[in-house]
Amino acid sequence: MIETAMSPAALAEKYGLKPSSARPPLHTYVKHLWQRRHFIRVYATSRSVSRYSTSILGGLWHVLTPLFNALVYLLIFGLVLGVHRGVDNYLVFLITGVFVMNYSQSSVTSGARSISSNLQLIRALHFPRATLPLASTLVELRQLMFSMAVLITFVLVTPVNLIGGGPLRAPEPITWLWLLIVPALFLQTMFNVGLAFIMARIGAAVTDIQQLLPFALRVWLYSSGVIFPLGERLADSNVPDWAVDVLMANPAAVYIELIRGLLMQSYDAWFGSFTWVLAVGWAVVLFSLGFVYFWAAEEKYGRG
Amino acid sequence: MGVVEQMVRDEQTTSEDGDRRPTVIVDDLHITYRVYGASAGRGSATKALRRVLTRKQSPALREVKALRGVTFTAYEGESIGLIGRNGSGKSTLLRAIAGLLPPTQGAVYTAAQPSLLGVNAALLSNLTGERNIILGCLAMGMTPAEAKERYDEIVEFSGLGEFIDLPMRTYSSGMASRLRFAIAAAKSHDVLLIDEALATGDADFRRRSEERIEELREEAGTIFLVSHSLKTIVSTCDRAIWLDGGKIKMDGEAEPVVEAYQEAVARAAKGRSSRQRRAAKAAEAAASRKPSPRATVDSWD
Repeated sequence: MIETAMSPAALAEKYGLKPSSARPPLHTYVKHLWQRRHFIRVYATSRSVSRYSTSILGGLWHVLTPLFNALVYLLIFGLVLGVHRGVDNYLVFLITGVFVMNYSQSSVTSGARSISSNLQLIRALHFPRATLPLASTLVELRQLMFSMAVLITFVLVTPVNLIGGGPLRAPEPITWLWLLIVPALFLQTMFNVGLAFIMARIGAAVTDIQQLLPFALRVWLYSSGVIFPLGERLADSNVPDWAVDVLMANPAAVYIELIRGLLMQSYDAWFGSFTWVLAVGWAVVLFSLGFVYFWAAEEKYGRG
Repeated sequence: MGVVEQMVRDEQTTSEDGDRRPTVIVDDLHITYRVYGASAGRGSATKALRRVLTRKQSPALREVKALRGVTFTAYEGESIGLIGRNGSGKSTLLRAIAGLLPPTQGAVYTAAQPSLLGVNAALLSNLTGERNIILGCLAMGMTPAEAKERYDEIVEFSGLGEFIDLPMRTYSSGMASRLRFAIAAAKSHDVLLIDEALATGDADFRRRSEERIEELREEAGTIFLVSHSLKTIVSTCDRAIWLDGGKIKMDGEAEPVVEAYQEAVARAAKGRSSRQRRAAKAAEAAASRKPSPRATVDSWD
């Protein structure tokens, strides 16, 4: 009879029971997340492998999709519209831009879906929800690896000036700078994960975002210098200087320019070493901001 | 009903000694779902526009009160059956205990992280059973080595045999729920929540899973079981909670609660069937008054 006299909350405290849906403190959350690292890895590879599992060509689409993507852009912008002026190796310039941009764009899209499309899993099992946007970005990273293989092949076989006007020159040489592509992509991945965290939380609460995203992503694509060199285009126009700086500091433009600069000797990336500062800055800021933002709503995912 | 409820409760509290350790405490739990798209209002663009312009709250947003003030305490070594009609809040209660649905009001306190094992818990349907086992184990917090160790055991328990390397979308619902149960039962849980898992599967699997639940219970865990099979509740649970309209109608030893529930169901069914008989009679009378149009169509052929 003594126990029934106690309030449930007091009884819970006496036996050290905790609220079941409480959000763990940040450092515990990070620890839990680290414990599930194998889950993230296996989940990402499984998702990636099963992506084309119902198609006849299967895994070949990992390579064919970016290839077709690049060819369509090349056809429209390189051959029909002819926006290649000022870039000697326009083919590589364009494909690098498309692939790197695509990595960030698809991270955003799949991040926004990562909670809402896994509601069943969320309502069934207990695990740190941050595993889902993390895994969805890893799926896109795997896709990027295939795209990079396609890209490197293009770089090695495309003569400079293939599209353009000047006399054909030998393809881009392999340099030590290529090794720096790895840390550059690592920074972009950090940035993408942070963005995926933010989009995942928004997408979980407001499903309408998935209808809006395609438009926002297209604007982002056109303002990031994927198709034409941003700097030269803007220098000709009467856009004020500060606006040019803002556009050029846009994270997608930063990562694209960074990788173009490393990959292509024939191309002058506009910022030089300051690009690295921006790349690190965007990565660190977005990653930590996104992670905390996502964690702050941890107990609300899967509701309703 | 109130008298029976009180009686059973008293019996329980007096048999309770101070040493029993509570594992789950549910304190005045309310859960309200916010459901979007509940009415057709969202479908039309003009209606939606008018709604935005007039700043009215969306009529498509409906609040559904799934639980309205549930309070009870579960102890170590207990297995508790949850019974009630569809939509009475059983599955919601399980999800809330598991911490998967945050309470709208009130609180759920648990000793350890409860694990929910439900038929609706979709694994990844495009992946093979084999991949799903590994993923399930990792999601439960096992290391890859542990997952590999448990793998054979899980396959054997699920009884899926050669089907294990087919994608899960090819499984029958019985096979899929067997696999889910096998995965969740591979780990000993302090608090295990089972949602209708035993209703599916064949007789042999049901026997094995009942054995496994008994084993898990002996490992000093607490088990919650939602099932429409009252026989399963009586044979596997020692306590039952009857939910009705999001509230506890009765809580006590399994057998008396199940009996009371059965009586109520039978009463409701009797009322319904007499209503149906009356309705049928009325329809018959109406039909005899005017010729059936169907009959004339038939005569044309």
